[in-house]
Amino acid sequence: MSGFGVEVRDLTARYDATVALDSVSFTIRPGVITGLLGRNGSGKTTALSVLAAFKRRASGTVLVDGEDPWENERVLAGTCLVRESGDVAQDQKLKDTLEFLADRRPLFDTQLAGALMDRFELDPLNRPDRLSRGKRSAFGVVVGIASRTPLTLLDEVHLGMDAPSRYAFYDALLADWLEHPRTIVLSSHLIGEIERLLEDVVMLDRGAVLTVSDADTLRSSGLTVTGPAHDVAAFVAGREVVARQHLGRTAQATLVGPRDDDAARARAAGLELGPVALQDLFVHLTDRVPTPEEAR
Amino acid sequence: MFDGRDPLYVQIADQIRSDVLTGALRAEEQVMSTTQYATTFRINPATAAKAFTELVDEGVLYKRRGIGMFVAEGAREQLLAQRRASFFADVVEPMLEQARVLGIGVEEIVERLREKEGPR
Repeated sequence: MSGFGVEVRDLTARYDATVALDSVSFTIRPGVITGLLGRNGSGKTTALSVLAAFKRRASGTVLVDGEDPWENERVLAGTCLVRESGDVAQDQKLKDTLEFLADRRPLFDTQLAGALMDRFELDPLNRPDRLSRGKRSAFGVVVGIASRTPLTLLDEVHLGMDAPSRYAFYDALLADWLEHPRTIVLSSHLIGEIERLLEDVVMLDRGAVLTVSDADTLRSSGLTVTGPAHDVAAFVAGREVVARQHLGRTAQATLVGPRDDDAARARAAGLELGPVALQDLFVHLTDRVPTPEEAR
Repeated sequence: MFDGRDPLYVQIADQIRSDVLTGALRAEEQVMSTTQYATTFRINPATAAKAFTELVDEGVLYKRRGIGMFVAEGAREQLLAQRRASFFADVVEPMLEQARVLGIGVEEIVERLREKEGPR
């Protein structure tokens, strides 16, 4: 079992009159850890909810492991969506929820669930509605990892957790994925911490797909150029500049779309090239000023 | 660690190359597995694996089936030869460029280098 692949074509999803996803297309490779990145309200949760058949689409094609997930028992048995809210019975003991899942999900690993409960210091006799936000998130993580479904969708689950718990989550996820490779989608608007865990990235912005790429390519698609303002301006002329900063006569420009001769040209001009973190690239790409038409 | 501009797998490969160059990793010594790399540095295992593939293709590492990755015999010599070839372009020429900007003459640099190296 290497996991379910996902294919989305021209997907549109609405909440009444509001269009949450406007004809988006992307694929998620089976057996890969993919990041679904976007700002608040960009459509991440809607997209995941459609994949897990929690929400019906308005139009377009959605294939999970080759089939439409809507009312599809086989596909849904292999799909687990954990949203930040937890998606578990709030007034049930944690151990009852785990037993229920062990019963329903053929691949559920009870031993692993127990180990993760201990790791996150969760009391099996407690109930979600009596837990702190961080502990509720941690329980969502236990459910998501221990379910071991071929398609596991974790929607911003790590946001409420404190740093030690988040690291424990990353470690547990990687360790279990190495032993049982499967398709994992992590959605987030906070990228810094999770970016190295990702092999592929789907970036959403305002209900549309901004970019689909492997993380390494995306990471090296941006660079900063620093030096005397005049030389920096000459260097970036005709290129796609997403940010500019000035400090006295020194300027820094952030470019997307590196070229093979950048390093040689920078050296010749006495300019310094630097990295752009995925988080910064994401901010630059999604923080554009609306065009006059959009603002109207 | 691993926050430069190059893709992550290039940085991992560079780290291993420099460990081989400095002798921290010797010929026939086993290197950390993809799994160990991934879990130690919280890196996507496929990304770590790409670094190993590159090093195997270059002949720096070789794979023993079912056991793991090892440093190839002669890997250090091979890397030394490559680094020596690029030393002037990568290190000396940028230094000269800097010196020119600062108005430091070649004689002054040579003098300092002799001083630093001390009597032989």
